[in-house]
Parts: sequence; C-alpha cells; structure tokens
Amino acid sequence: MARSRQSRIGRQPSQLRIKLIPPLTVVIGSMITALPIITDYPILPPMGLLVILAWRLIRPGYWAVWAGFPLGLIDDIFSGQPFGSAAFLWSVIFILLETLDRKAVRRDYWQDWLIASAAIIIVLIGGMLIVDFRSNMLRLDLLLPQILLSVLLYPFVARLIGAIDNWRVAS
Amino acid sequence: MAPPINRRPGFSKRAQYSIFASYLLGILGAVLGLLLLLISFLDPQGFSVLRTIGAETVAPISKSISEIGGATGSAGDEISAYFNAASKNAAMQRELEQNRIEILEARALKQENERLKRLLKLEEEVPDSIAMARLISSTASSSRRIATLGVGSNSGLEPGQPVRSPEGLVGRILETGPTTARVLLVSDGNNVTPVQRASDSLPAFATGRGDGTVDIQPINIGSNPFKGGDLMITSGSGGLYSPGIPVAVVIRKTETGAIGRVLANPAKVSHAIVQPIFQAETMRQIEKDSAKDVEQESGQ
Repeated sequence: MARSRQSRIGRQPSQLRIKLIPPLTVVIGSMITALPIITDYPILPPMGLLVILAWRLIRPGYWAVWAGFPLGLIDDIFSGQPFGSAAFLWSVIFILLETLDRKAVRRDYWQDWLIASAAIIIVLIGGMLIVDFRSNMLRLDLLLPQILLSVLLYPFVARLIGAIDNWRVAS
Repeated sequence: MAPPINRRPGFSKRAQYSIFASYLLGILGAVLGLLLLLISFLDPQGFSVLRTIGAETVAPISKSISEIGGATGSAGDEISAYFNAASKNAAMQRELEQNRIEILEARALKQENERLKRLLKLEEEVPDSIAMARLISSTASSSRRIATLGVGSNSGLEPGQPVRSPEGLVGRILETGPTTARVLLVSDGNNVTPVQRASDSLPAFATGRGDGTVDIQPINIGSNPFKGGDLMITSGSGGLYSPGIPVAVVIRKTETGAIGRVLANPAKVSHAIVQPIFQAETMRQIEKDSAKDVEQESGQ
C-alpha cells in the first residue's frame, strides 16, 4: 500500500471526514424509521437523538449551540412528528447542555449517562405533549417502555460513537 | 470521556460577546422550531412535500428489507407452533369438520341473499380495490401512528382513500408521493372513524388512543350500551369508508363509552388493500362548499 510508506508523523485526516462524520451519523440515526418495523405503540428508541447526545457529550467543543435546529429539522422529516417538533426540542436540549457545560466542575461517565437520560425523557415527553396537546392526553404508561429502552441503549450508542470518533480523528 | 474544555471567557469582552452570540443563535433556533410547529398545526399538510421526499428517499431501503423481513416477522409464532402440535392438530380437525357444515349453511344463505337482492333490485356496491401493497415502515419512534405504504400516486392513490386488510380497517391515506403513501392508522390519536355496532347498527365514533386501541363514544350521549365482545364496523357516514368494514372489538367499558382493540394489527398485516373513497362525489361537494364558505367569509 502506498499510504503506509508515508510518514505517519504529523499527518492529518481529511477535514471533510472530521467535519462531516458527526452530522452524517446523526442523520443516519434519524433514518431508523425506514426499517420495516411496524408497531401499534411507540417503542423504537429515537436513534437520531441518542446519536446526537452521544456526540454532544463526547465532543462538547465540536458543536455550536444552534446545531440542534438543522439536525432536528432533518429528524422531523423521518420521525412523523409535526414538523418543527424535534427542531424545537433539540435546540432546547442544546441550550441546556451548553449552560450545563459552563457550570460543571467535573464530568464522568455516570454523569454523562444521567444527563443523556434526562435529555431523552425531556424530548420524548415533550414530543408526546406536542402531538397530543389538543386532546390533552399525556399517557406516560405508553411512553415508559420507549424511555426505558432508550436510556438502556444510550451506553451502547455512546460506545459506538466513541469508536467512530476515534476513527474520525485518527491519522 | 473528553474532559470539559475550559471555556470561561474571563475578562475578554470579545470572548464574552461570542458566547452571547452563540446563545442567541441557539435560542433563535428554538424560536424558529416553535414557529414551524405553529405552522404545521395550522396547516398539517404544509410540510408534506418534505416528508414525501424523505419517505421516497428511504423507500428503497425499507422495501428491500421488508421483502426479507416478511419471512422472519412471524418467526416467533412459527417456532411456538411446533409445541403442542399434536393436540393442536386434533383440535383443528374438529374445527374443520364444524367449519365444513357452517360453510354449507353460509353458501345457502348467500344464495338466498342474492335472490332477495335481485327481488329488491338493489344494486350491489362492491368497492373494487385500487392497489394492493405492503406496509413498508412506520413511525415506530413517535407518538403519532403513521405507516408508509409501498405504492403511491403513480398507482392512482389519493389522500382520503381507505386502506384495509382482510382482518379489517387499517387507516386512510394521508399524503402521497410517486411511489410511497403515508397511512394514518386507525389507532392514531388524530383519527376519528365513524362506526356502528354490527349487531344493531348503534352509531358511534372511534378515536385512536395511540396504542392499538380506540376510544369508542356513542353518538347518543348518556347511555352506555356497550359490552365486551361487541364488534364495531364502519357505518359509511361521512362518505370516506364504505360501510361494513370491521374496525374494532370492545374489550372493556369506560364511564362514557368503551375501549376497543383494533382488529387489523398493522404489525401483522402482510398486504393492505387501498379502496376508492366510498362517496367521492359527496366528499368533493363538501370540499367545494367549504371552499365557498371561506370565500364568502373573506368577502364579507
């Protein structure tokens, strides 16, 4: 291979890879609804949200505060929620996380999971309220399996995103 | 875990301003999101083009996976069928014998029915199907209950057309793209189906509850005549669904009505049939009238 003969010292991965991989993985996560899983109740974890939370918590410096808006819009196209639902909720989450980052003294793995879980719960309950605010029918019993599944799935998604991140910045 | 970067601005005015600006952009994003939400509530079909583009883009993936998934979807049921195979076989033999007799009776009834209809000169309204397709995906991560159908406007589909399966009503077409259509399932919270009780055609409304059940409210408020096991079928009022399609079975009574389980479980529906709108003329007239009303209101 020609590449292995080059010096590995000081080599940079392509900027395209560094810049594009995070949003791309989020969009792929949002497209999970394309899988032929047809259910009578919401059960599939919101993969787009899990992926963006993992990236946001692993690489706080990468994301701008407004990044939740465009990626949320793309998620809305695939999720079936009213258009603007994820754009709003993800923006709110990003503002909250930014504030939290400025206040935080130290961070560890468990704290990250806790923050991600809180964000998942906020977005899922918020999403249901947005759909049902006219019929005023918040049914948490319906949402509980999805929340549990998403919270339990988060560490695995974070691992996967960590591995992708290693590849992204590896020279 | 990367340690949080120290982004405290210190006394630098420039750094403080840039943080302020980034927050402002973030808040702007949230406000824009809220505005878009407001627009999509005022005009639910407003962003259908974007959703259709999204559905069309991922449709090839969904279609090819669902072709494979169709075989494995009921694997659990098929494996469990091997247990108790002998006793099941005996029970089925008995059932078969009984069914044979009932089929003969039904055939006789059908002949009589046809003869009576000819006597009454009733024109039989058998709605033919427009298209038959597989449900290829659904909004499994959202509280909305919308499924995607593998055919679209190229096959003659239009919004409003009822979608059914042999088991019963699945929903109605909400938006169409060239090769995909989005189906609002009966169990969606925004879907109201006019129904009647099969035994005595007691009229009622079935509203989705988002979990495979519907909330059945009788039109005559005050009485609650439902009991477990009542079969609810479409009544044909409203002109969208042709009458007689099974919708739900009552599973329990509530204070004002009943909760029913939707008969056509979209997870198990292998093929959905799209039917024409029952009374397309009436629907068109209603649309024309409402358009006229709007014009009059704006004229005044």
